[in-house]
Order: sequence, then structure tokens, then C-alpha cells
Amino acid sequence: MKLHTFKIGGVHPAENKIAAGKAIENLPLPAEVVLPVAQHIGAPAKALVKKGDKVVRGQMVAEAGGFVSAPVHTPISGTVVKVDIARTPQNMPVEAIYIKSDEADREADAKAIAEAKPLSDAEVEKLGAKEIIDIIKNAGIVGLGGATFPTHVKLSPPPGSKAEVVIINAAECEPCLSCDDQLMREEAADIVKGVRLLMKAAGVDRGVIAIENNKPEAIEIMTEVVRIENSKASNKASTITEDPVDVLPVDVLKVKTEEVLSTKIEGNSLVAEKHTRVSIDTNALTPTTHRIPTIEVMPMKVKYPQGGEKQLIEAVTGREVPSGGLPIATGAIVQNVATAYAVYRAVYLGEPILDRVLTIHDGDTGRNLRVPMGTMLSSIATGTDYEKIIIGGPMMGRTASTLNTPMIKGTSGILLDSRYAHRRPVEPCIRCAKCSEVCPMGLEPFLISTLSRLKEYDEAEEQKIANCIECGSCSYICPSSRPILDFIRVGKAKVMAAMRARAAAKKA
Amino acid sequence: MNVILTSIIVLGIIGIVGAAVLYVVAQRFFVKEDPRIDQVEALLPGANCGGCGRSGCRDFAVACVNADSLDALSCPSSSTETMKKIGEIVGLAASEAKPKIAVLKCNGSCDLRPSMARFEGAPSCAVLASLGTGESPCPNGCLGCGDCVAACPWGAMKMNRETGLPEVIEDKCVGCGACAKACPRQIIELRYKGPRGMRVYVACSNKEKGALAMKYCKAACIGCSKCLKECPHGAITVANNLSYIDFEKCKLCRKCEAVCPTHAILAPNFPVRKPAPAPAPKAEA
Repeated sequence: MKLHTFKIGGVHPAENKIAAGKAIENLPLPAEVVLPVAQHIGAPAKALVKKGDKVVRGQMVAEAGGFVSAPVHTPISGTVVKVDIARTPQNMPVEAIYIKSDEADREADAKAIAEAKPLSDAEVEKLGAKEIIDIIKNAGIVGLGGATFPTHVKLSPPPGSKAEVVIINAAECEPCLSCDDQLMREEAADIVKGVRLLMKAAGVDRGVIAIENNKPEAIEIMTEVVRIENSKASNKASTITEDPVDVLPVDVLKVKTEEVLSTKIEGNSLVAEKHTRVSIDTNALTPTTHRIPTIEVMPMKVKYPQGGEKQLIEAVTGREVPSGGLPIATGAIVQNVATAYAVYRAVYLGEPILDRVLTIHDGDTGRNLRVPMGTMLSSIATGTDYEKIIIGGPMMGRTASTLNTPMIKGTSGILLDSRYAHRRPVEPCIRCAKCSEVCPMGLEPFLISTLSRLKEYDEAEEQKIANCIECGSCSYICPSSRPILDFIRVGKAKVMAAMRARAAAKKA
Repeated sequence: MNVILTSIIVLGIIGIVGAAVLYVVAQRFFVKEDPRIDQVEALLPGANCGGCGRSGCRDFAVACVNADSLDALSCPSSSTETMKKIGEIVGLAASEAKPKIAVLKCNGSCDLRPSMARFEGAPSCAVLASLGTGESPCPNGCLGCGDCVAACPWGAMKMNRETGLPEVIEDKCVGCGACAKACPRQIIELRYKGPRGMRVYVACSNKEKGALAMKYCKAACIGCSKCLKECPHGAITVANNLSYIDFEKCKLCRKCEAVCPTHAILAPNFPVRKPAPAPAPKAEA
């Protein structure tokens, strides 16, 4: 079988997925949570509560601060202690809501969790696309792969663009992380329901679950669940056939009748005769009505950054996201597999994002944990001093300078691995062009890095520094271990700011 | 022989024709430029530091010659005498700008603010600022990678390895502001150099609440407002848990320095102090 992948660049770092196959452990609800109001890309949420307020599990404590924004909910019942400064893993101050629970609150929460009952499929079936998007919006669901882009924004494409396919990003190309893998193995049925909801919300009939080929168990389970789900859907639409794909369900077909003249020989003369011809009205066939929504599981080649949005779209659809354009220009909406699961929980259980699964990896052992939002990382990653702490995966994650920081929606992993603790000494560039070779965006990393180090931002913009996805393949592959991405990040931020300022000035 | 002669004649004719063309063009397209521009430019240091706000020394010279008044024009890198000479050339009264000097509004040296991490990436403040607080826990303080040192066209800054902070060499600093522009944390300020280099300023930029600021750095301004109450000249304002001394209003009485509980107010080069170890802004006794 030919495996799908993107065309240019890419690296293959050691996978180190030692947490794969380890059952997800549910962490107990903490007695105190810290909920930063800015857990997503876009405008920070606005706090709705103040000191002394009583809150219950699942209550919205901060509302969305704009269209590209997401609300924040509390995973525990309790009292708001304060609205104050908390620290990001990089130790920068950020506004946060501190909530503390007492014994009675904890009992109430335990009861609420035990009594939660999902809606039936029939009840969910009644929901329209608009209603699903509203539920997603109010549940504060953002891209859980780490980019934390609000999901409802992606599902509402700008006018003029039309979605054709929902791609579920289950590539999990980051080394060390296996939370998505494990989630698929354990919650496959619910994830597929979530995928179906996303497809309905986006108004598309094709869903692709893209999984890297190094997760055979997940691929097997998902394929099986998807097969059952597809046949269920086709049975619902049509009872006359068992073939799940490419079936025209009779109840959605429009039949047109027209009168035609035909001739026949009667005796020695030709006689015209009127007939009624019944045929299928092909004009009434729109892509959404004549096809049954189908999901497919697509195994991907193991290559980093397979899970990058633009790379994944190219691998699945063969279309490239235009430079400076939105992914929707290719008709694809990419959502993380954990996001699909969160959508399932939001719609079926009415539960906003209150926890997420992450991988904690300390070099020799790995665990998959389901952690309530706002839990302090210092209470998860206990132990002695670590030489290096990375929040996220080893390729794209950011080094943390403190663990005295709350868990947020985008925290997909914690690496406490001394192997990554030191960089090799920086040596001069030997012009080997390996960075250009591996760049999945087809850029020249050595060049834009140098340009941004020398503050030649105009030239860097011409060299398309804004297209960089900051995957880190260049820094990874560099035999002289030069800090290529370090400088590109700075230059990209400057260039993007300048581009936004120009766009704003043009508008004004 | 004939060949040589022909060549000389032909080349000579070409030369004469070319000279004639050049002469005509030079006469016809002559751009009359004020000769004073060259004179003024010769007086300027020629470092093109941008401290005057112009794109370079030549641009500044053009501005001087075309200006109606020199009040808004001042080369921070030149002495008052130079500006006076420029004034004589263009026939205007030179502005009497008080000389300025760069000061670092952070005194979080290695011993006062314990570092919480070690950074091994690209040694650049810009990179570090894009990542987080860097090695120090302070979100506003000096990052210590020396972007300002690299940016200084006068060699007037150097990194002090012991404190981990950049130092301004007072004799060399002209107050052009290149370092202030290079600093991603924007904690370098141009202040009046003061008589004999005497100046008083708050060497802290931390905007967090006092207890937090103190937790991370012993030299932090905690916004207690003691200096505000003490100042007889109304030069001090406290906003965002941070005190600021307006150098236009400051009369260098040093009352604020005496009351500051964290010694965040520095007053270098005052005679009654014990001799400072180095002519540096953080010459705290």
C-alpha cells in the first residue's frame, strides 16, 4: 500500500514513543485550579467571575473576548479565590482565575461525573450544523494539537470558500508524544462520532482520519470503528443495498417526469404518440445530498512534520495551501483527533473542555494522563530537579523555565528529558544546504535566519519568512548545530507584525 | 609608425569630443548645492548613528542648512562647541541641548536575582525575549545577552561578566539611543547626563506587585511610593508598581535615594559618596 505524505522536505527524528500503549490514567480533580484567560490563539477571554463567587463544574468563568477567541470553563466546583497573575511555562505573567474547592464541592463534582449520561444518537441527529458550531463555540473548544486555534472559527469558513473535506489530524508526528495514539485506542467510537459531528458542522461528506503508520493498533481500531460507522450511515440512508460507499439513497433523489413524443408504425403510416418518461433529476443532485457521508482512515508515512496543517492537507488532498492563504482555500478543514473527541463530549455530554490527555515522558518512562485544566504542572511532574523541561513535543515544544504554571488547553506533553538538556556547540555554517533540503515549506532556512539575525527584515519578507511553520527541521538537521530557528522566529514575528500593520493601514 | 600616429590622432579626437560633451552636460545639468552642507557635514562625527532622528550625518547637515531655527536640531554625538560652529556656518543660534546618556533601568545583577534557568540558544536578547523571561525570573528586566553592546556604534557599552548586566562607559556614550532601540525589553532610557555626570534614576523596570518583584529580585522597585512622598520637586510618579523620576524636574537632591527600601534608586557620580569603583550607572555605594 502506498502511504500518503507531503512532497518536499521532512526529517525523521527518533520516535521514542515509549508511552504508546500505556492506558490513560485519570488524575483526580485538584483542590485548586488556576485558569489563565488566554489559553488560545486570538483575543484573551474576559473573566466573568470575581473574588468570592461560587462556581460549579463546567461553568463558564471567562467569556470569549472576540470572534477569534474561546471561553474558559472550570473543571471543579468551588469558590473564586482571586483573579490575579499566573505564570506561563516561560514565566511570563498572564491573567488567571484561581478557584478552590472544599469537601462538599468535591462530592458534588464526583456525583456530577458519575451521573453524566450521553445523549442518544437520535437526539444528536436532530442538531443542525449551526447548532453544533454554537455548542463547540460555547464549550471553548480549540485545536488541541497545540496550536489552540478556536475550532468554531475553522468551521465557519469566510464567504467565498467552501469546505469539501474534514481531515482529522492524528498523525502525531512529534517524537515522544503518544496521547493521541492512546486516545484513539481507547475512545475510537466516540472520536468517530465527533468526526461525524465536525463533518456535519462543516457541511461536508468526506472525512479523513490521517494516522502515521507507526501506530498500527490505532489504525486497526479506527478502521474497524469507521467501517461499522460508515455502514450504519449508509443503512440509514438506504435500506436496499449493503454497499456502504457510492450509493444513491432513494429518498433524497428527485424524480422528474417529462412528456416526450415518440413515433411508431401503425399500419402503413407513422403515428406520433405521447409518452411520459420518468428519470432522475440530475440538477437536483448536489454533492451534499447525493452522497452518504463517509469517513476513511488514511495511514500516513512516518515523517516529521506530517501533522503540520499545510503538510497534512497536501498529503491527503494533493493540494497546496497558497502562500499567505488560509487552509480553507484548498477546501480542507483540519482538526486534531483530540479536538474531535472534545466535540463528541461537548455535544453528547454537554461538557465543555474540562480536561485533556497529555503524555509525560522522562526519558526512560512515559505515561498518558488525563489531566483537569488548571492543574499545576508542578503537581503532575513531581520528582527531583530536571535538567530540562519541555512543554509539548521535543521538536515544536517550548522549553519551560518553571513548572509553577497551570495546565492549559494546548499542553500536549511534558518532557523531563536530560537528553535534550544541552545543545551541541555552535559551529560555522558549512554550506551543506541540508536545512534547505529538509524544509517542508521549501524555504532557505540558512538565508532567512541570517537575514533576520542581521535585522534585514525587508529582504527576509521577500524570502517568504512568513511562510515558516517553525517546525524546527532545519535546526534539527544542521550538522553545525546552528540556532537557525531561533533567529527565524524573531524575524517572522517582526515581519508578520509589519505585514499586519500595513494591512491595517491599507484598510484605514 | 603610421599606425601609431593614426591611433594617437583618433584617440585624441575621441578625447576632445568626450571632454566637450562632458563640459556641456556639466554646465547644463549643474545642481547648485549649498556649499555649507559640506562644511557642516565635515564637522559631524560621520558615524550615521541616527541619534538625531535623521537617516545619517549628511541628511542632518542638509536639515541644518535648510532649517529656520536650530532649536529642534541637535547632534547628540557632537559637543556643544560643534553645534555652535554649525550655528555659525548656517547663521543661526545653536540649540543648547543638554547632553544625554543611556542608563539601564535594571539592577538585577546575578547575585541580587538568582537565575532560574540556563539558556543555551542563540545568544541574542531578541531571541530570548521572544521565548519568555529567559534566565532571570523577572519578566521586565535585563536579559543579559548584550544586544545593546552589539548595537552601540561608539563602543560605549560593555558587558560586565560578574553582574551579567551591560555597563555604559560614560566618557564614550553620546546618548544616540541606538542601544535603547536594540533592547527588546525597552529598559534603556536616555536621561540627562547631569552636571559632572550626577543623575538620579530608578534602576528597575519590573511592573509586578511588590511582593512578587521582591521574590524574584532583591533590587526591584516595589512601588511603595516612599520616594514619591519624599520628593520636594514633584518629579516622581508611581504607576504599575513602578516609580519613575522625571529628569526634567529632578533637582538631584537625592532625598528619594535615601528612603528607597530596596536601593532601587541609583545616584552615581555624587561627590559625597565613597568613590565609585567604576564610572558606571550602577555605582551603588
